[in-house]
Amino acid sequence: MAKGAPPTPPPDAVGVGTELVQLLTPDGERIERAYDSSGTEYSVDLTDDEYRGLYRDLVVVRRLDAEGTALQRQGELGIWASLLGQEAAQIGSGRALRPQDMAFPTYREHGVLYCRGIDPIMPFGLFRGVDHGAWDPVELKCGMYTIVIGAQTLHATGYAMGIAKDGKVGSDDGEAVIAYLGDGATSQGDVSESFVWSSVFHAPIVFFCQNNQYAISEPIERQTRVPLYQRSLGFGFPGVRVDGNDVLATYAVTRTALDNARHGQGPTFIEAYTYRMGAHTTNDDPSRYRIASEVEAWQAKDPVARMRAFLEKQQLGDADFFAEVEDEAKQIALRLRERVLEMPDPDPLQIFDHVYPHGSPELDAQRDQYARYLDSFSQAPDESHAGHVPPTPGHHVQATGSVR
Amino acid sequence: METMTLGKAINAGLRRALESDPKVILMGEDIGKLGGVFRITDGLQKDFGDERVIDTPLAESGIIGTAIGLAMRGYRPVCEIQFDGFVYPAYDQIVSQVAKIHFRSRGRVRLPMVIRIPFGGGIGAVEHHSESPEAYFAHTAGLKVVSCASPSDAFWMIQQAVASDDPILFFEPKRRYWEKGEVDLNGSLAEAYPLHASRLVCSGTDATVLAYGPMVRTALDAAAAAAEEGRSLEVIDLRSLSPLDLEPVYASVRRTGRCVVVHEAPGNVGLGAEIAARVTEECFYSLEAPVLRVTGFDTPYPPARLEDSYLPDLDRVLDAVDRALGW
Repeated sequence: MAKGAPPTPPPDAVGVGTELVQLLTPDGERIERAYDSSGTEYSVDLTDDEYRGLYRDLVVVRRLDAEGTALQRQGELGIWASLLGQEAAQIGSGRALRPQDMAFPTYREHGVLYCRGIDPIMPFGLFRGVDHGAWDPVELKCGMYTIVIGAQTLHATGYAMGIAKDGKVGSDDGEAVIAYLGDGATSQGDVSESFVWSSVFHAPIVFFCQNNQYAISEPIERQTRVPLYQRSLGFGFPGVRVDGNDVLATYAVTRTALDNARHGQGPTFIEAYTYRMGAHTTNDDPSRYRIASEVEAWQAKDPVARMRAFLEKQQLGDADFFAEVEDEAKQIALRLRERVLEMPDPDPLQIFDHVYPHGSPELDAQRDQYARYLDSFSQAPDESHAGHVPPTPGHHVQATGSVR
Repeated sequence: METMTLGKAINAGLRRALESDPKVILMGEDIGKLGGVFRITDGLQKDFGDERVIDTPLAESGIIGTAIGLAMRGYRPVCEIQFDGFVYPAYDQIVSQVAKIHFRSRGRVRLPMVIRIPFGGGIGAVEHHSESPEAYFAHTAGLKVVSCASPSDAFWMIQQAVASDDPILFFEPKRRYWEKGEVDLNGSLAEAYPLHASRLVCSGTDATVLAYGPMVRTALDAAAAAAEEGRSLEVIDLRSLSPLDLEPVYASVRRTGRCVVVHEAPGNVGLGAEIAARVTEECFYSLEAPVLRVTGFDTPYPPARLEDSYLPDLDRVLDAVDRALGW
């Protein structure tokens, strides 16, 4: 250890204590009601179909995610940021949103996008490199993927301030915002600023932090000396730690926080305590910084297996049901795969589009110049250029960028 | 016509913008009760309320980042960055988000924001209060960058910037805030001189001098001094720094054959270099001398007692003109 480095935190200083809100044990046993550290009670009372629906969501997004990893390995995506292990945190929070609510994701919220009804091809297009993930945030009530860590928490806060300005808080049909972030993001200045702003302007916002224990390679102890959910108290709003691998608990906690926000009770910070079972992205090698036994311990808390065990214990699903869900997920994934493979590379001249809302004569000139340059290669070979090998327009270069 | 200071003209322009569109909101540090450290927003919170003229927490990234969300919600935020040297905490939000969200969304999201920045030196301030960071933003696609130099332009350009669907960096020449000029308050926004156009402000025949913001006054003073020595300088106020409007510049240089670019910002990899390259490309056979630059030195901005040495002044402009004429 380097000279002057701080002492190792005491065991479990930022780990799980008794404050964890849990409605399903890892074995799928149902806990009727749970309490957070401030005594707020959480419970869910869903219909059988709703329980089965949550399970279906979990299975589908896990399958879609696996397709992302496979497509990257096959060279069809430049990179993929897997949500493996975080399905319950994303489905629980995503399904807790009401139609009028607005989500601001990071770049790993494929499950939240799925809950918002966004075509799953959207994030695949981004990671294939054909666009930057250009869904309509206003129409779909879900911001675009934001790759700079924590930047979207301020956008979410501003949007929530706008809701308040519009007078859309204080009733059941009030609007609320959910801002997604990770454990690493809590160290970003923008996140602290968003806490200050949302607090002093009493914005209708929920910060949903998936603490998946790692920011690429750095463990949570490198980001904080106190449990993350306690961070918000210093900013003047409550923090809740929920079992992020428990879809019922994340649903209950998020729904309560969003409803509080829409009723004018201000922000809440939720720490969904979970684990990134896979690599940070397909460019990452987690074996360099974490040990197998840790991964195995979390394997035993798997969010999908937990919900399945619950359904089995409650006799809400039989073998046919589970087989049917598996098959449905597979079909969705295969259809998606076909569509991804059919995605053409964009026209190179698209580079110049949409830089400014009303265009730009300067960029029009650059576009025309580049178009003429490209056209020059499609004409008959010019002997004066014999031996010169031009770049092939549309030549496919596999993206290898990294995402933090 | 009314005579008013440049600072008051911006205030009047902001007032018009607030009156004409209920979605316009002002955000910044100390802009409410205090009216801003330069009093540019004086009286606006009193008249439009603290829901529209918002004293923000002291966090520049927060100002810009939340303005993005407000713009997504349909508002037109006008953000004040208190001083040029304080914009850097917001640099990431401006460059990585404000500039790119329209492109990222393939045109689905517009961010009609204005970021006002008092810039430049000459007021005897401490460090970080006298900088000229405009080139950082002019270099970034997706942003537009303008600077006003006269009260009339200040009044109209701020309104045009607020009405624009582009995110605009609006650089205000802080040491000229107190200089007076005529403003036609009865004109119409639709008929105002275009925002992204340069403007001939002094006709001449011997050399073309380009300037913007606080250096326009310096260039005009140089032209007046040169005239006494029998030299005729043409001065063009660039006004828009991104996009640059250089057709009038090319036309001028083709006539004069000489071109001097003046800015307070350091010369190295600055706007003057870009302008020199373009003028050389377009006017190569008309040039009698290389395009010369008169700029701040390639140093950090010096302590106030040295700023008169750092800032381009009338004599340094005339010295460059002499060199161009003597080539």
